[in-house]
Amino acid sequence: MATYLEFIQQNEERDGVRFSWNVWPSSRLEATRMVVPLACLLTPLKERPDLPPVQYEPVLCSRPTCKAVLNPLCQVDYRAKLWACNFCFQRNQFPPAYGGISEVNQPAELMPQFSTIEYMIQRGAQSPLIFLYVVDTCLEEDDLQALKESLQMSLSLLPPDALVGLITFGRMVQVHELSCEGISKSYVFRGTKDLTAKQIQDMLGLTKPAMPMQQARPPQPQEHPLVSSRFLQPIHKIDMNLTDLLGELQRDPWPVTQGKRPLRSTGVALSIAVGLLEGTFPNTGARIMLFTGGPPTQGPGMVVGDELKIPIRSWHDIEKDNARFMKKATKHYEMLANRTATNGHCIDIYACALDQTGLLEMKCCANLTGGHMVMGDSFNTSLFKQTFQRIFSKDFNGDFRMAFGATLEVKTSRELKIAGAIGPCVSLNVKGPCVSENELGVGGTSQWKICGLDPTSTLGIYFEVVNQHNSPIPQGGRGAIQFVTQYQHSSTQRRIRVTTIARNWADAQSQLRHIEAAFDQEAAAVLMARLGVFRAESEEGPDVLRWLDRQLIRLCQKFGQYNKEDPTSFRLSDSFSLYPQFMFHLRRSPFLQVFNNSPDESSYYRHHFARQDLTQSLIMIQPILYSYSFQGPPEPVLLDSSSILADRILLMDTFFQIVIYLGETIAQWRKAGYQDMAEYKNFKHLLQAPLDDAQEILQARFPMPRYINTEHGGSQARFLLSKVNPSQTHNNLYAWGQETGAPILTDDVSLQVFMDHLKKLAVSSAC
Amino acid sequence: MNVNQSAPPVPPFGQPQPIYPGYHQSSYGGQPGSTAPPTPYGAYNGPVPGYQQTPPQGMSRAPPSSGAPPASTAQAPCGPATYGQFGQGDVQNGPSSTVQVQRLPGSQPFGSPLAPVVSQPAVLQSYGPPPTSAQVTTQLAGMQISGAVAPAPPTSGMGYGSFGPARGPQPNYGSPYPGAATFGSQPGPPQPLPPKRLDPDAIPSPQLNELPPQQKTRHRIDPDAIPSPIQVIEDDRNNRGTEPFVTGVRGQVPPLVTTNFLVKDQGNASPRYIRCTSYNIPCTSDMAKQAQVPLAAVIKPLARLPPEEASPYVVDHGESGPLRCNRCKAYMCPFMQFIEGGRRFQCCFCSCINDVPPQYFQHLDHTGKRVDAYDRPELSLGSYEFLATVDYCKNNKFPSPPAFIFMIDVSYNAIRTGLVRLLCEELKSLLDFLPREGGAEESAIRVGFVTYNKVLHFYNVKSSLAQPQMMVVSDVADMFVPLLDGFLVNVIESRAVITSLLDQIPEMFADTRETETVFAPVIQAGMEALKAAECAGKLFLFHTSLPMAEAPGKLKNRDDRKLINTDKEKTLFQPQTGAYQTLAKECVAQGCCVDLFLFPNQYVDVATLSVVPQLTGGSVYKYACFQVENDQERFLSDLRRDVQKVVGFDAVMRVRTSTGIRAVDFFGAFYMSNTTDVELAGLDGDKTVTVEFKHDDRLNEESGALLQCALLYTSCAGQRRLRIHNLALNCCTQLADMYRNCETDTLINYMAKFAYRAVLNSPVKAVRDTLITQCAQILACYRKNCASPSSAGQLILPECMKLLPVYLNCVLKSDVLQPGAEVTTDDRAYVRQLVTSMDVAETNVFFYPRLLPLTKSPIESTTEPPAVRASEERLSNGDVYLLENGLNLFLWVGASVQQGVVQSLFSVSSFSQITSGLSVLPILDNPLSKKVRDLIDSLRAQRSRYMKLIVVKQEDKLEMLFKHFLVEDKSLSGGASYVDFLCHMHKEIRQLLS
Repeated sequence: MATYLEFIQQNEERDGVRFSWNVWPSSRLEATRMVVPLACLLTPLKERPDLPPVQYEPVLCSRPTCKAVLNPLCQVDYRAKLWACNFCFQRNQFPPAYGGISEVNQPAELMPQFSTIEYMIQRGAQSPLIFLYVVDTCLEEDDLQALKESLQMSLSLLPPDALVGLITFGRMVQVHELSCEGISKSYVFRGTKDLTAKQIQDMLGLTKPAMPMQQARPPQPQEHPLVSSRFLQPIHKIDMNLTDLLGELQRDPWPVTQGKRPLRSTGVALSIAVGLLEGTFPNTGARIMLFTGGPPTQGPGMVVGDELKIPIRSWHDIEKDNARFMKKATKHYEMLANRTATNGHCIDIYACALDQTGLLEMKCCANLTGGHMVMGDSFNTSLFKQTFQRIFSKDFNGDFRMAFGATLEVKTSRELKIAGAIGPCVSLNVKGPCVSENELGVGGTSQWKICGLDPTSTLGIYFEVVNQHNSPIPQGGRGAIQFVTQYQHSSTQRRIRVTTIARNWADAQSQLRHIEAAFDQEAAAVLMARLGVFRAESEEGPDVLRWLDRQLIRLCQKFGQYNKEDPTSFRLSDSFSLYPQFMFHLRRSPFLQVFNNSPDESSYYRHHFARQDLTQSLIMIQPILYSYSFQGPPEPVLLDSSSILADRILLMDTFFQIVIYLGETIAQWRKAGYQDMAEYKNFKHLLQAPLDDAQEILQARFPMPRYINTEHGGSQARFLLSKVNPSQTHNNLYAWGQETGAPILTDDVSLQVFMDHLKKLAVSSAC
Repeated sequence: MNVNQSAPPVPPFGQPQPIYPGYHQSSYGGQPGSTAPPTPYGAYNGPVPGYQQTPPQGMSRAPPSSGAPPASTAQAPCGPATYGQFGQGDVQNGPSSTVQVQRLPGSQPFGSPLAPVVSQPAVLQSYGPPPTSAQVTTQLAGMQISGAVAPAPPTSGMGYGSFGPARGPQPNYGSPYPGAATFGSQPGPPQPLPPKRLDPDAIPSPQLNELPPQQKTRHRIDPDAIPSPIQVIEDDRNNRGTEPFVTGVRGQVPPLVTTNFLVKDQGNASPRYIRCTSYNIPCTSDMAKQAQVPLAAVIKPLARLPPEEASPYVVDHGESGPLRCNRCKAYMCPFMQFIEGGRRFQCCFCSCINDVPPQYFQHLDHTGKRVDAYDRPELSLGSYEFLATVDYCKNNKFPSPPAFIFMIDVSYNAIRTGLVRLLCEELKSLLDFLPREGGAEESAIRVGFVTYNKVLHFYNVKSSLAQPQMMVVSDVADMFVPLLDGFLVNVIESRAVITSLLDQIPEMFADTRETETVFAPVIQAGMEALKAAECAGKLFLFHTSLPMAEAPGKLKNRDDRKLINTDKEKTLFQPQTGAYQTLAKECVAQGCCVDLFLFPNQYVDVATLSVVPQLTGGSVYKYACFQVENDQERFLSDLRRDVQKVVGFDAVMRVRTSTGIRAVDFFGAFYMSNTTDVELAGLDGDKTVTVEFKHDDRLNEESGALLQCALLYTSCAGQRRLRIHNLALNCCTQLADMYRNCETDTLINYMAKFAYRAVLNSPVKAVRDTLITQCAQILACYRKNCASPSSAGQLILPECMKLLPVYLNCVLKSDVLQPGAEVTTDDRAYVRQLVTSMDVAETNVFFYPRLLPLTKSPIESTTEPPAVRASEERLSNGDVYLLENGLNLFLWVGASVQQGVVQSLFSVSSFSQITSGLSVLPILDNPLSKKVRDLIDSLRAQRSRYMKLIVVKQEDKLEMLFKHFLVEDKSLSGGASYVDFLCHMHKEIRQLLS
């Protein structure tokens, strides 16, 4: 183990885990004094091309309350064919299949390099994946056309045996029957009336006439496909049919008078989609894909009335408690989301409209079920088209990058307890000995359900050290955590991925340096940010900022080196040095600031922040800025207004946007057309370089970022200017040199001011 | 007239007190025209003082008491008995035929007096020397009941003494016809009768013919001697069928409905549009009440005219709209009086003086008539139309063209019988024949399609689609229309898609196992569709079973034959739930008319299902146990007719009258939200509204009484129009004038509708009694006030009403009022609602079917053979007869009919080989077969519904069915024969008069 950096990186690559602390303080008291909680970012399905799944089932600890999976940390008695569970110390017999086990003949799960291992379960019926399109027809003609094309295209990307279904909605909701020849058939529902799942199934004719229970049971598995076959059909059977059906899809025919919004029954449509799957395919992998081009305007879940003169709610309205429909709508979608999660299905929301579409109210549908949320201006943009296409991208094995119906179970050794998780999951409410009473995020359970996840889905999992100060852990003791993720692979197999990790305990009083050195400030920043964003969902913005500030100050007090009351003496060690800067940018980020963002945008940003992995999350917190110049190869520069120079091209990646910014001189040159002159070929290359790099990012990222190409003085330059640290503003223009940078017209504090205050507060003994 | 008030069962005897005093004070006696012969009066009770102490009506209690005046006087000194003074019992028939034509003499006693029920030994008296002119005698022969009986002994003729003995052995005589008994107990005056009424034995249903004496008498009355409908119809046909009926003169009685005649509109509406019970109405309400003749008009606003008569002219008054009276809003009509040189006009209805708008001004000629009177239909004709302006339209918007929505039951029953396939096949061609306006090339009507079982399937048949699209709505509890565009389409544009749909519907549901259906949501859906399309229209529902699926309007089987003849019988006619009324109301508001075709295999609760069609001006067709092979022709023919017929939509009808009378009651298929406006979601040329009038003031003999019926409707091309019918009636101060100008057919139409509505609220028996009593009062009033003096044993009938007893008897015997064992509850409800909107011609033949001998007249004669009376006695077993009543058609074959006839009609060699129940005659190339088939065709063409033919062989099982329609005979269900009823009526009249 060379450095902690390498160790961290290696762990991330192998196990998809990043801990805030890599050496754990050994007592509850010390742990709380560390300020940043012991937590980790877990990417359960991190892509591991080098890890083929094993074709057998995991061996479980026989203690009913433990059931931990056999792992490399277990002590094994090869002669007695026994193994001791490293979590509960239960001694277990190996199953008969392990009869040939010996020190030289170890199963994979005992080898240290298989701290993460994937099992493939052969048991149980495999049910095909289900894709249920829920399509808004209250769209402009081009939008609808583009959407139709995207949907038709997507049919070719689906696994051939996948079941597809189609629900369209506008003023009414239509559930299309896909099996019929000749006449196309659909069931129509009123868009204003909420129906129970039972009613929906009755009305769709999905309920069989009552049969005696004994008889009903056995044939059920076979009956499933039959019953639902009318609405969900294998794609290979009805490919043509559905393509035609999509082609014939018309705009909602009900007239929309001037000054009105079209009546859009999103709430009912989703409710029906959920009810349909609930009745026919509970607990199988299914995606409900909602495509909507505007806010729900009627029925349950309506977000805004149909009068255009009354605009959709803004943050201002919400603060003033002026958003009439918000609470009711949110409740409706939360109810749906919870039902969906219970059934193991996930809901994607593709919302493309210039105005808000009600993502604020609907966010829980995606957030709780692990679905995607995509926001765009129009379905007729490459942003939507490519993003949508990317849903169906495949990995190195040719499998879809999606998994369904996962449950994540966390087991800890007895010094630790689980405080909660933050991510696209819902609690399964499984209480156990390792569940803490203090909740951080979604807590009170040791298991969560993640209905839809992909290789980048990442959860923040928070722990609590419960070891008491007076019962020290013996030197060299290690704490262990096991993550067991059971899921339905896109190939419809059930799989179990088990990751077991262990870290050293250290006494915080005597070995603080060790702990300090093992601090992962990136992970800590993201984990703290997730906590902050999680709080922001329920608390007022300023409270969250104050909480973050206090945590930062306390951290600096704890780990900074300073003389009391002397700000200039303040120093932070390397492993903490970037952390305040992350916090500075986090404070300014759209995750915590709602100013200048619509409620929908905030929801959208927060949605992605709560599910992306560490790298992407960091980009979101502190965007990356590259500078291109004739002076040399592109180089990362400070996200600072001083980096904005006349003869540079800047490329900024905020995760959601890619901004290319031409400095003043460059812009003038381009205007003058130098790039077209043979003798200024190098200028042409310079102009091209950031474009190529941007393309690379655009190709890889999901959802596809908004691509902005602007120049000095351009209106779109605001995207850049709002992100950089305003080190030069109209207030301090002269104080800060004259040779570099561009002043930002803002009253926001700059990083320098922020740091000054932080130092002052950290060294003061007052707080 | 009391009968016509809101509580129908209140018997005429129950009239409020004020009337009786009038009688008591012998106001009649004082009248110059009183025909009360002194003799019977004197013989009975002595001179005038006795008049006030006449015997009570309670004769029914015990015969001796009825014969004992002093005792009864003490008991019942009041009202009912006053009739006693006219209590003579002679049958008197109308005058001779020449007299009939002119309809001048109200009545004249017939030459041969008959005293039918008088005494056992001498039941009948032949008429003695005719008391009136010689003209009368010509008919006497026909009217003699038994040719050679000696003149009635005066005592038996007039004395109750002789009557008494007759009744002696029949103490309960009164009870079979408990009218008197029941009624006697009703009024307030102290009567000894109420306890009697509580005795159940006292009120059995009238079983007149079970009474031995009655039967005896029946045999002795020559059926040929009593008024014959056939004779009356023939006479009218001969006398009035040749000349056109010119409507210029006020108060003319038109020819009978059975007569073919042309009408020339010269200022009054044609009788095809309006017929009245009387064309001369009493000036005062007192007179009207005395006569008890209901004043009613049977209005058929959109009646079809024969091709020789022009349909009403359409008048366009431009933007200002039709010219109307400012006060009463009556429309300009020929009776409006122009004054002040034409600058103003006085309303003929309310006398308000209105300014003539400048653009309408015209000078008057020397008679005070406008110079342009004959150029303007509204000034010279009885019927015409105005183009309505936007003010007359719903929401102040000109209406869109109406739509037809076909709603087809596709449950298991409908599929199994082949109905759906048949219907879809037929619709393909039928859609080319949607009604069009005038000479329009294509119909403006749009069509839509819905199929349903317990869910509804809507179809998008937009012309741009390659294939129709089906949209299923299973939320039947909260029905809505799932699509707008593409549901209602132009037939021509969407032809291909519609054809494809109709081809596929039978296939799609071929394997259905769904047996449950809904009903109310279907109508709701159609109505919502029209609402969404903002147009009026018509729903054609094809339905097979009781709607038992869980949905609004769900029904349960509540058929219970045990209720018949109980107080709860009325519930069988009432709808099960109020939901359908509510729904109908919404339909009317939207102008959504519902036509219902029912194909039941069992009870479907027609009473409930027909509520919406009934209230929306629609029709109900019922094909019990439908089988394609047997019923196809009937169903398709009805369907074609129903789809093709011209309909007015979203109509409002208002009847205005001149001061003095007022429309008070309306009968028919419509909805009324207030007391004056008849709202009809749809109105076709077959639908009739019967309106009853009452006095609210004195009328003036000079100015007469005016009716104006204004119908605002949307034509089938979507044009908003007003159709105006005007009719002027005479007024009289002499009751005789009224009795001379009555029309029995119209009267029967009114009485039948009245009775058929009354069964909803009263026990059927009470309704029957009411009718009998009213009829007796009408006739008694005539006898008292108009007829010339004659013997008490004589039954004297007004000429115009001499058929009233026979027709009334038919009404009383009809399935609704006296059901036989084989008549189902659904049948009764079905007939009940059918009659509600029948016109006079339809009720006439419905209640008294036509029986046509086929082999009597020479084969070469092209005219319809003369009908014979509907009685078994008239059938000769060597003949073949056709019988029709507008709904049924029978071909009766006598047992000893010539073999040649059998051969030429049925192509079999003998009578025994004829298939009983055959519904189609083989097409054979011989004159007889051709003639019969042509006759059948022409009969069918005359009726608004296709009559299915049933061949009945004499002595065959099916003959029972046939005999049910021989209405002059006593019926199996207990209905009296004509003769028996006439005798009973006579007795009732005598009771009233005594």
